[in-house]
Amino acid sequence: MLLFIQTHRVAFFTILLKEIRRFMRIWTQTLLPPAITMTLYFIIFGSLIGSRIGEMSGISYMAFITPGLIMMSVINNAYSNVSSSFFSNKFQRSVEELLVAPLPNSVILWGFVLGGVARGLITGVIVTLVALLFTDIAVFNFWILSSIVFLSSVLFSLAGFINALYANKFDDVSIVPTFLLTPLSYLGGVFFSTDLLPDGWRIISEFNPILYMVNGFRYGMLGVSDVSLTACYAILISIISILFLLSMRLLKSGKGIRP
Amino acid sequence: MSLLSEYSGPALSISGLKKVYDNGHVALKGINLEVSQGDFFALLGPNGAGKSTTLGIVSGLVNKTEGKVSLFGKDIDGDIYGAKRLLGVVPQEFNFNQFEKVQDIVVTQAGYYGIPVKKARVLSEKYLKALGLWEKRGVPSRMLSGGMKRRLMIARALVHEPKLLILDEPTAGVDIELRQSMWVYLQALNEELGTTIILTTHYLEEAESLCNNIAIINEGDIVKNTSMRELLQELHKQTLLVELTRDYPERPCMESLELVWQDDHCFEVAVEKGTAINDLFEVFNKAGISVSGIGPKSNRLETLFVDMVRK
Repeated sequence: MLLFIQTHRVAFFTILLKEIRRFMRIWTQTLLPPAITMTLYFIIFGSLIGSRIGEMSGISYMAFITPGLIMMSVINNAYSNVSSSFFSNKFQRSVEELLVAPLPNSVILWGFVLGGVARGLITGVIVTLVALLFTDIAVFNFWILSSIVFLSSVLFSLAGFINALYANKFDDVSIVPTFLLTPLSYLGGVFFSTDLLPDGWRIISEFNPILYMVNGFRYGMLGVSDVSLTACYAILISIISILFLLSMRLLKSGKGIRP
Repeated sequence: MSLLSEYSGPALSISGLKKVYDNGHVALKGINLEVSQGDFFALLGPNGAGKSTTLGIVSGLVNKTEGKVSLFGKDIDGDIYGAKRLLGVVPQEFNFNQFEKVQDIVVTQAGYYGIPVKKARVLSEKYLKALGLWEKRGVPSRMLSGGMKRRLMIARALVHEPKLLILDEPTAGVDIELRQSMWVYLQALNEELGTTIILTTHYLEEAESLCNNIAIINEGDIVKNTSMRELLQELHKQTLLVELTRDYPERPCMESLELVWQDDHCFEVAVEKGTAINDLFEVFNKAGISVSGIGPKSNRLETLFVDMVRK
């Protein structure tokens, strides 16, 4: 039993470190773009437009959008790391290296998912450093802040993994970020408080999971939120559980990887 | 061979293996196959016969529809990790990350088998050296030639020191010199370490010279499963290559024998096994054909193979 755990631990870290090496090797494609994009967001929305908007939920607009922009980077990078890396493994058939090895599906899944989490968190740190050039950053509650960002990156890494399993061509990997992730991020309270929305739209926005992640993270930083923290954790943990079970089921059936 | 004694049962046992793909194509119709420990076994068949599906199921790359597969007595449904640990696979197509460096590919594969990185580095050096790739260890794999890529896949398959090695057309596209050096290496692996080897190939000469036992698969069924010696004994005819003393541009025909001219100076003739060569010389002499030499054409297995898959 001990040998079993030991060998799978080595295998898990092999996948995880391989994933980390991959995105670090191509840092100009993985870590630099979010830094540049977020710098532009801070300049345009924070400094130029934000100074005319004034306060949002009782705090400066720049400080208000900072948690949302950090979270948006984390989510996008966690998702795209797993979806593009696993699909690339499928495309080059190097996924077969994993399939012939004595690896439980859970080791494969968590190896890739935590690789995505690592990229999400590193990107989050980079964007936070960029934000420090424009505004002061407070930490209202470190544990809430770090747990929300960790759980959110796990959730989107799992979603990226499922996307990669279903994808048959590179275009399929970009469909979800373009048509689902970006709109949900923009409508997830990154740039505005849902108090500004009319009743109908506010109710609709409550079905957007990104709203809970952004607000949970904002609570950890600033101590203000449009949603309850309990709802935030409940939604994150529920969706993670569903996506994890779905991923395991798809891996067992061989969806997209084993005819 | 002592290493094998700790494992019971045949190296590979397949019973009632059936595969129906999602599109309804029946790739395997319930085949049975057994490969003994220490064997050098050939699995032959035309394209689309079911070879790669069979090997894919054994190696965990394809889901089976029905049937049982076990490696050294370990059922792939019951003890999948134990079974996979004993298996090394060299696939038909290149399936490594083209951007990774040669040694990283081998070390990473060892990691998937739970081998710590320090030991994996030592093992990767051993096998990259054995396969003549050590000098290329720091090169991205996409920069390798086709033959080197094939050898890299063999090194990767051996890094966890499997007891059963499956090679799916390992010498496809490899030049003759390199192919022969790979044969020597595989034979040493089989004879000295007792590694069981299952090989698929389209070079029938390769199967004939390397393998002890053979199965021929066609349209999802095993049509022959026997030893190479017994199979070749079934051959009633042998093909001889006849060299002539001068050119015969008119390429004469004979009533008693069918001559297949390769060029004006040489033809092939199929004769009953045991035919006296003296008699042949006399027949050719009477027909005014002056012969300088007669030798066997080494396509015996090919003749049999074509007969079997046409039946």
